[in-house]
Amino acid sequence: MFAARNVQTFARGALKGSQAWRGYASGAPTAAFAGQKGANGKYTVTLIPGDGIGPEISESVKNIYTAAGVPIQWEEVDVTPILKNGKTAIPDDAIASVRKNTVALKGPLATPIGKGHVSLNLTLRRTFNLFANVRPCVSIQGFKTPYDNVDTVLIRENTEGEYSGIEHEVVDGVVQSIKLITWDASERVARYAFHYAQSSGRKRVTAVHKANIMKMSDGMFLSACRQIAQEFPDISYDEDLLDRVCLQITQNPGPYSDRVMVMPNLYGDILSDMCAGLIGGLGLTPSGNIGRDASIFEAVHGSAPDIAGKGLANPTALLLSSLMMLRHMNLNQYADRIEKAALGTIAEGKTITGDLGGKSSTKEYTAAIIKKLGA
Amino acid sequence: MLRNAIAQAARPALHARTATTLSAGFPKATAASLPVKKYGGVYTVTLIPGDGIGQEITDSVKEIFEYTNAPIEWEQYNVSGMSSDGEVLFKEALESLKRNRVGLKGILFTPISQSGHVSWNVAMRQQLDIYASVVLCKSLPGFPTRHNNVDFAIIRENTEGEYSGLEHQSYPGVVESLKVSTRAKVERISRFAFDFALKNNRKKVTCVHKANIMKLGDGLFLNTFRRVAEEYKTTGIQYNDMIVDNTSMQLVAKPGQFDVMVMPNLYGAIVSNIGAALVGGPGIVPGCNVGSEYALFEPGCRHVAKDIMGTNRANPAAMILSASMMLRHLGLDHLANNIASATFDVINGGKIRTADMGGSATTSEFTNAIIKKLGSQ
Repeated sequence: MFAARNVQTFARGALKGSQAWRGYASGAPTAAFAGQKGANGKYTVTLIPGDGIGPEISESVKNIYTAAGVPIQWEEVDVTPILKNGKTAIPDDAIASVRKNTVALKGPLATPIGKGHVSLNLTLRRTFNLFANVRPCVSIQGFKTPYDNVDTVLIRENTEGEYSGIEHEVVDGVVQSIKLITWDASERVARYAFHYAQSSGRKRVTAVHKANIMKMSDGMFLSACRQIAQEFPDISYDEDLLDRVCLQITQNPGPYSDRVMVMPNLYGDILSDMCAGLIGGLGLTPSGNIGRDASIFEAVHGSAPDIAGKGLANPTALLLSSLMMLRHMNLNQYADRIEKAALGTIAEGKTITGDLGGKSSTKEYTAAIIKKLGA
Repeated sequence: MLRNAIAQAARPALHARTATTLSAGFPKATAASLPVKKYGGVYTVTLIPGDGIGQEITDSVKEIFEYTNAPIEWEQYNVSGMSSDGEVLFKEALESLKRNRVGLKGILFTPISQSGHVSWNVAMRQQLDIYASVVLCKSLPGFPTRHNNVDFAIIRENTEGEYSGLEHQSYPGVVESLKVSTRAKVERISRFAFDFALKNNRKKVTCVHKANIMKLGDGLFLNTFRRVAEEYKTTGIQYNDMIVDNTSMQLVAKPGQFDVMVMPNLYGAIVSNIGAALVGGPGIVPGCNVGSEYALFEPGCRHVAKDIMGTNRANPAAMILSASMMLRHLGLDHLANNIASATFDVINGGKIRTADMGGSATTSEFTNAIIKKLGSQ
């Protein structure tokens, strides 16, 4: 297993030529994209349209990509869970597709309610070792909230911490939940945070912690961050208490635009949604899950079954997530162009969907963006 | 039926909560926990100024109390968490608190390094079993922020959860940190929240949790909360629950929907900081920690503020308001109201404010303005 992984890393490194060899102990890949164009000059990307409004908003993204001439061909897969040895699982085809393409775009999945059901998101996370969740939040011009200077990037450790799922009832009425922090996972997510800062032009990484209380666990997370910081002398590094970060972002998010924040699982979960609240909710926030074996970009909002099929849904979150994907694949110029058209359309405020205070349908909004692409 | 009648009778007359009653209805000392009065009706209260700006802002309180002839005698302990040498003094302060049963406290610094001492703030709460932290966030008249409709109370479990302090390295590079949740403690904090809602004429209690992930730990919290809520059904207080990530998103977008919130320890730290930021910062949010025997009053948003320490720039309002909550706890309502309304009047006046509220007044100027206001009342 260990050897195989190194070989794989090596092979990938050799393919890219410039990538240095890294052992697993040093957190092997920063999950850099290493996909190859197909014979038709296009990259293949797995598309998981999802449930509820998923198919509509995926359609919108596809149309915009076609119009923008993005060199991507979609491989649509269905992730409706199947029964496998009495357990729910994702169909093998879907897994094989993501594994082959190493990049996927995913719409919202309805969370089936039922005992013993493992959430699909969790299954995807485990299957592809999606260790870092990247959540940028930028104020959208044309959609007014009490905050207009938000530009934060938050990277959340995604595999352990408070979400380890290790809990037990010691005696009746006394429960222990274990927060698990490992050096490897901390180092891996820290390295990705520095890598992200470097590639996105941010000059600082701030580790958010509660090490005054959880001295060993959050303490180790910090030690890992400090060690990685030395590998990136051009990026400055500091640490801040969770309490203070919550306070300061809510008071004035402006100063956080110069940095990337990195933190353990639960803090990241809470802070990323708080930042989303600053700019108007999950309908406008993209998200990317970076993994060792693949990276999945997704809209984090719900599947909105109440408006599904009515052509009213807002595809912005999925579109912005797909732009993160393009940047992950180093297709920046396409991302910039589409982003400009989409944000421009929202800023104009003429053709926007109901959740943003407009009256347009998904199709009209999509058409307006496509029109802007040509301009 | 009978229960309902009692609850009705126990409820104070309906009146709107204005800013001056911000800290009204705070749990009074009961006969068992009321401190012993000295001759002349003077209460002895333990004072721990704390690190950072603590000394300056407790000085403000002392000056104001002096001016108003408040029947309080301080037993002061200058404990500092900057080094571990203060441990002896810390223990003495704790003994003093046990004697006096009531205290006023700034925030003690906690080192981040593993070799440093554990948080004395937490140790104090755990050893005195002051299990309920109450933090009040309310938009202040005359001080507009991004949101103008904030008025909620945060009730936070103060003695267990993520702050259990139980951690170990099970294998090099693998650390486990235990979060402990017990039914008995959840039950009493839930009851506290509903009682608080009743006494303060609040309408709704929201339980904040992460039971979708921590199914057992937070599940216990949520289920126990729901069971307690059933018992309070006849009082007409509504209840709901919300996942903590959604809560923080809702707080910064639509804070008006919250009334009383009850939650485990760590989420309390997060929510109280978001709440403080919504109304204008840690300098104006009062708080306290109460248990069945002891009550310790401290600013609701627990920051040491080392950066402005000793510069006479700190905002003492949070400490003054916490101290007025303490007076109310001791049954000195009249005095408490005078001091609180003088503080709010000065803020509302807009001329004399500290730097965190966009003014240029020093700590002493702000304090003097309050004293002047008290003189003209």
